[in-house]
Amino acid sequence: MFFSAADIFAVLPEMVISGMACLLLLVDLAVPQRKKGLVALLSVISVLAAAFLTFSLTGVDTKAFSGTFVLDDYSAFFKLIFYIVTVFTIFISLRYLKTEEINMGEYYVLMLFSLSGMMVMASGGDLLTIYLGLELTALPIYALVGFLQHDRKSNEAAMKYVILGAFSSAILLYGISLIYGTAGTTDLAAIAEAIRSGKAGGTLFVVGIIMLVAGFGFKIAGFPFHMWAPDAYEGAPTPITAFMSAGPKAAAFAAIMRVFLEALYPAYGSWELAIAAVAVGSMVVGNITAIMQTSLKRMLAYSSIGHAGYALLGVVAGTEEGIAGVMFYMLVYTFMNLGIFAMIIMMRRDGANGDQISHWAGFAKSNKVAALVMLVFLFSLAGIPPTAGFMAKFYVFMALIHKGMIGLAVVAALMSAVAAYFYIRVVMLMYMREPEKEFSLVRSWGIYCVLAVALAAVVVLGIYPDYFVSLANRAAFSL
Amino acid sequence: MSEHLLSLVIFLPLLGAALLLFIRDERAIRWIALAVAVADFAVSIPLLTGFDSSTHKMQFVERYEWIPSFNIFYYLGVDGISVLFIFLTAFLGVICVLASWTGIKHRVKEFMISLLAMQTAMLGVFAALDLLLFYLFWEAMLIPMYLIIGVWGGKNRIYSAVKFFLYTLAGSILMLVGIIAMYYAAGGTFDIPTLMEHKYSFVFQIWVFLAFFVAFAVKVPMVPFHTWLPDAHVEAPTAGSIILAGVLLKLGTYGFLRFSVPMFPDAARYLATPIIIISLVAIIYGAFLALAQKDLKKLIAYSSISHMGFVTLGIFLFNKNGVEGAILQMFNHGITTSALFFCVGLIYERTHTREISAYGWGASRVPYYTTFLFIFSLASLGFPGTNGFIGELLIAFGAFEAYQPYLIFLLIGIVFGAAYMLFMFKRMAYGADSHGHGGQGGHGGGHGHDDHEHKVWDIDLREAIALFALLVFVFWVGFHPEDFLNYMHVSVSRFIEQANVIKISASGL
Repeated sequence: MFFSAADIFAVLPEMVISGMACLLLLVDLAVPQRKKGLVALLSVISVLAAAFLTFSLTGVDTKAFSGTFVLDDYSAFFKLIFYIVTVFTIFISLRYLKTEEINMGEYYVLMLFSLSGMMVMASGGDLLTIYLGLELTALPIYALVGFLQHDRKSNEAAMKYVILGAFSSAILLYGISLIYGTAGTTDLAAIAEAIRSGKAGGTLFVVGIIMLVAGFGFKIAGFPFHMWAPDAYEGAPTPITAFMSAGPKAAAFAAIMRVFLEALYPAYGSWELAIAAVAVGSMVVGNITAIMQTSLKRMLAYSSIGHAGYALLGVVAGTEEGIAGVMFYMLVYTFMNLGIFAMIIMMRRDGANGDQISHWAGFAKSNKVAALVMLVFLFSLAGIPPTAGFMAKFYVFMALIHKGMIGLAVVAALMSAVAAYFYIRVVMLMYMREPEKEFSLVRSWGIYCVLAVALAAVVVLGIYPDYFVSLANRAAFSL
Repeated sequence: MSEHLLSLVIFLPLLGAALLLFIRDERAIRWIALAVAVADFAVSIPLLTGFDSSTHKMQFVERYEWIPSFNIFYYLGVDGISVLFIFLTAFLGVICVLASWTGIKHRVKEFMISLLAMQTAMLGVFAALDLLLFYLFWEAMLIPMYLIIGVWGGKNRIYSAVKFFLYTLAGSILMLVGIIAMYYAAGGTFDIPTLMEHKYSFVFQIWVFLAFFVAFAVKVPMVPFHTWLPDAHVEAPTAGSIILAGVLLKLGTYGFLRFSVPMFPDAARYLATPIIIISLVAIIYGAFLALAQKDLKKLIAYSSISHMGFVTLGIFLFNKNGVEGAILQMFNHGITTSALFFCVGLIYERTHTREISAYGWGASRVPYYTTFLFIFSLASLGFPGTNGFIGELLIAFGAFEAYQPYLIFLLIGIVFGAAYMLFMFKRMAYGADSHGHGGQGGHGGGHGHDDHEHKVWDIDLREAIALFALLVFVFWVGFHPEDFLNYMHVSVSRFIEQANVIKISASGL
């Protein structure tokens, strides 16, 4: 296998991230325990460097490594999301790691490895590249979920996540092998060609597709493959929960859209119903189960299942508008979700973070500004204008209705009314109940920065989304 | 500045709210909120004085590209139907601040911010000429209103706030689906005047009409979507009740006038009879329920259901008198019911009860208050010389022209309306048993300080100003309705034309 300088050029951002991750592993050895912030700083710098490279590579639409790696604006848009997620997560981790006494350099290194995996997923032009990226994303996260070594819940979460993750990877791989067996290739463009020419098809091929749906369904925690998510979300260190709920999910969507809307689009009829079922199931089960939760992290886990359902609707629509809708949704979701997890980390009562929903009672009484920020994030998650969450839903609805899928749009609309209930319940607790105990907020400039940026993004994307919408449109066009 | 007059009216309260974020002193917050509300009312007056009532065209138009990707415009304008409601909303904003002056004791800052944000959203709904802009304002109202009921309301406030939120959200979210469906059916535009001209197939009209109808019917509220209203009204603080009764309920009927009928005239005509029937049911059912209430606020809440039945009836009669009466009655109900809620809030602050039976001494101890209450009660039941009379009379004319048997139901409603209002007033002013100290009468001056268990005092200057301002409109409309009807004549004629046009097209979704 030969490759040219142009190939290397295309993967420069990925090389920076994975190279720096290896390097930091060594640097970490020399950094004393109290100065692990240095590793964090170097990680942020690496991400910014990669972001700069990605930015200067925009507008290029090329395939590298004989088509297994695609460089286009579509992948660049998703990489932008991954960079934001990673930098935000590092910022909200700084104080958290110290208070939980898990301040280790490996934490950041693992996150960088996961980031490189997500980037490969977004750029994969071949089922195997995507699988590679997927594993590279997931493996470091298994370790990160269990990073609270002395916490039983964290260990349990990691265990569950590893087993179910491995299981789903196996299903995915089996699906890939069935597709390879019938189509004779794993290259996305070649699969599409094989379907069109009638070479690929038949029962085995469809079984392969269904297995892909199941495998990816696990990764985005869609119903009925969502069982791992609440436990993993609850047990993981909170910054990692934030990371998982935004980054790998966006990466999985990037891969899903490439696989289903590029390679398998000619076989649209054989997977449309399966994905629509996953979408509807996720919205219904995610949002209804969320109502009964007492832990905020679990509630957000179920809410993220619901949000995955909404985003999947864009995939079901299958149009460029739908793709752009999903991309915009993922961007918005990143900001509001990281914002709300930053709030959870910031809010402490009884020496614990704001995991318990009931602990938020009366929060607005003593912390007016923080409560207002939380309120904005919650209403955004509920999709109430003028926040970004509304625009994201609106975009997906537009795509669906344009395709004439009114029924799905009605279900989604009704489910977002259900979802509003559990989000505004937190608002109700904050504003309408009396506080039982004192709150002590974590003071950390890292958290402040994330909150400020996320808040600004949620408001701006809600009131003036045009720049990012047209960016998503152009990027979707490049797919 | 005049080309941005509407934007100024809409966003001035929001600017005021932003300013309040940085103020700590509660006294200052109250005064600034009042100043902002008064200023907003003042800038809304040029909308009326500069209004050209000889055309149905949109005026004070502002149109800028906003989100080109979806072809969404920042597009504002008013016609003879909406201009009165912008004025009314701005006016009631002042009343709301005055009504909360002493009633709101904790978290004054947040309250005033919510109130002003609410003003912006409501004004925006009336002025928006882009369907998505309209929807944004429409949904944005939920957030401040939820907080106003839930944070500053009565005992059962949380239940009521959540109920209000979910009811209205569930009602309006389907409207979004309808809005987007229209966007594609009309070739990619949210422009309301364009959408009004577009032809839709009959089936499409029926479906989207129903999607809009649920959203509007919940807000009005029409039977059977009304159950959130008594809860929300009873638990909301006075200003919240005034907003709900004065403006929020009008948004539903405004939606019928602006969207449902002009855009889907065939569906509207097809469904007019069932809608008229539920309007008549609402008139009588609301009045019956009001008759049975012991709680003063609940009584007014149910009377609102009855009164709004008159309005929806008038609109779906599709004749000039009916529609003009409906619009005037919307305005009247905004004034009269707000005044009644103001009266309730005022007496509640003094006695901490809303049980009608707990008063019964009004005339002797608080004569000025009782006088105001008497006049507003008369206005509410439609006594000649007050605003309510004109509105109900016009609707009755409209009903007579359309189908005479409707009048029977209207008359029943009016008689019951008189019954529950006068019954309430009698119990409030003279007590259940008419002897006692009721005899000294309603004309005595000064404060009748009998030392009862409650310390009750008559209205103070602030309350007098607010009530007097409301009183002006009661008689202004009552004696000179033409001043208000003039604004709407041309627009209503246009509305009736639109309602009667046959728009069915074979194409469309």
